[in-house]
Amino acid sequence: MLVGFFFELRAAGVPVSINEFLALLEALQAHMAQGSAQEFYFLARACLVKDERHYDRFDRVFAEVFRGAERLCAQLLTAQVPSQWLQGFATRRFTEEERGRIEALGGLEQLLASLRERLAEQRERHEGGDKWIGTGGTAPFGARGFNPQGISIGQGSGRARRALKVWERREYRNFDDTVELGTRNLKLALRKLRKFAREGAADELDLEGTIDATARNGGLLDLKLIAQRHNTVKVLLFLDVGGSMDEHVRLCEELFSAARSEFRHLQHFYFHNFLYESVWRDNGRRFEAQMPTERVLRTYGRDYRVIVVGDATMSPYEITQTGGSIEHWNQEPGALWMQRLCAHFPRLVWLNPQDPQRWHYSPSVRITRELLGGRMFPLSIAGLDLAIGELRRPLMGTPAVLAGTDATSVTKAPSPAVP
Amino acid sequence: MSEQRFTGTAQYVATEDLMVAVNAAITLARPLLIKGEPGTGKTQLAQEISRCLERPLYEWHIKSTSKAQQGLYEYDAVSRLRDSQLGDARVHDIANYIVKGRLWEAFECAVQPVLLIDEIDKADIEFPNDLLRELDRMEFYVYETRELVRARHRPIIIITSNNEKELPDAFLRRCFFHYIRFPDEATMRAIVAVHYPDLKQELLGEALARFFEVRATPGLKKKPSTSELLDWIKLLVAEDIAPEALRSGDARKVIPILHGALLKNEQDVHLFEQLVFMHRRAR
Repeated sequence: MLVGFFFELRAAGVPVSINEFLALLEALQAHMAQGSAQEFYFLARACLVKDERHYDRFDRVFAEVFRGAERLCAQLLTAQVPSQWLQGFATRRFTEEERGRIEALGGLEQLLASLRERLAEQRERHEGGDKWIGTGGTAPFGARGFNPQGISIGQGSGRARRALKVWERREYRNFDDTVELGTRNLKLALRKLRKFAREGAADELDLEGTIDATARNGGLLDLKLIAQRHNTVKVLLFLDVGGSMDEHVRLCEELFSAARSEFRHLQHFYFHNFLYESVWRDNGRRFEAQMPTERVLRTYGRDYRVIVVGDATMSPYEITQTGGSIEHWNQEPGALWMQRLCAHFPRLVWLNPQDPQRWHYSPSVRITRELLGGRMFPLSIAGLDLAIGELRRPLMGTPAVLAGTDATSVTKAPSPAVP
Repeated sequence: MSEQRFTGTAQYVATEDLMVAVNAAITLARPLLIKGEPGTGKTQLAQEISRCLERPLYEWHIKSTSKAQQGLYEYDAVSRLRDSQLGDARVHDIANYIVKGRLWEAFECAVQPVLLIDEIDKADIEFPNDLLRELDRMEFYVYETRELVRARHRPIIIITSNNEKELPDAFLRRCFFHYIRFPDEATMRAIVAVHYPDLKQELLGEALARFFEVRATPGLKKKPSTSELLDWIKLLVAEDIAPEALRSGDARKVIPILHGALLKNEQDVHLFEQLVFMHRRAR
């Protein structure tokens, strides 16, 4: 039974190792937690879980294994939409022409209004059609379909990678920065940004200075210490999480991991799809611990270099419209926040993990590139090199302009027309 | 192993899950890693365990410049060099220049001691990794004197962290872990009762209501915690404030009196003021 519990925990993504499991068995053998189920629960949690972010998952597995509770994922959906409508086993494939035919069905307001209407009208499960809410269809609502302005309801990861409202509070994971594999190249690229200066407490023996001072002292030893050399470049990292970024997580983790070890002054923030009035530092507490973007601008000076990582693939509303965010009501459009960020931090680049050949398929990428004055680079070693070149510009002088730094010119992509 | 169990003390209210975690760590002689919001009594826990079980306490406070080696021992090469130049006889025995660290002292203790490693996340990223063998086997090797130091009794090790840095997996695997949740209102009442046994129920009720209201304010930089609540109540008692004064009736006085104990940052005070003001006007 306990072995089953162990594997259930691992399946649920709680990182438990044999060591910890043995510790629990050892504790049980020492006759701990004989009193009650609750005591056993506390003991198992202390032994097996090493991070409060995993408490929730642990609780779910514990409930399931030991009380035979219903699978909680069934509750992921809101009460309005029964889940069996959305179990996407009809994943229809659409041809390019079909996708081309599906046109935007009017503005955001209209979409929301008609969703509400249809939710009220519809009373049964539906798949594959073009009006009702369900899976695999071409209607603008439901999951796994191909209307580019679709609203996603209860799905694992987006198929057409564009959605207007996420109807579930998904649990996001903080990017893991301990990934080492494959980060060497990224580190080498980032290393070009380094600028060394001595800083901090003097705790390194200065051999030259000591010899010199001892000689002057008539041979009596006089030790001299100096501070260690550190990289003094300051970097702010903004990372897109969730939604369409799911398939790029590994690459982002590698970048994050490499950056972590290269820069002493590295601050990271997360956002979803586009920058709005607040960002957060910890995905575990993203709804409680938000930080106003305005405070980020106030706190960090213009000497910081900013790297934004995101695929910029979303509905154009999310950038240009007030209230376009898929998660909350934003008072000001994302574009305005992006402009503020660019104005405050002259040295800013956007790294896009998507293949540059596909950039011109999404209007949102084009809008973002316009906002950035062309400073969007692919998240590859070559792209990173170019981005670092952009970041190394001296602070004085005019703000960076696109001329020649356009990323697509080096990646053999058919250069998309930037109006 | 010890048959003693930690049950909280007269000054410290321990929840059941905390007691189970502490007792598991004591029984299996593994380090216990404690995390939680600042001010929820992480550091105090070690002091209370040592008081409850009547064991000596060794505290090792970690700073950003702390090195793992400093907890074991340090070789004072500089004084040895000086002594050699001054012709001191002590210079021939290297052991004279080995300075013991907190961990060594705890290992040498005649009874099982409590060792507190406070705020381990302040140190360098590699710091926890450098202590793996020491915490696992409870022994280390002194290279200068070729001596193996082994713990006479495996100390009860309490490690606290404020989550500023992620700790390495290998380190976590060797520890038990407990996250001190922010106390709910019932626990909070018990905690306040322990500290101020003859506080008027009415005042306590009002104070707690205002306290949880302040905590619920979204976007605060630093949420007030248990220790701040206790300070605030101390002030209220010292100033002899009547419970009515805390009741949020007066529109001009939006901020609880003596708020300085609760809100530690002028931006937070400002934010709270604005929110309460907006809220009042909307009513």
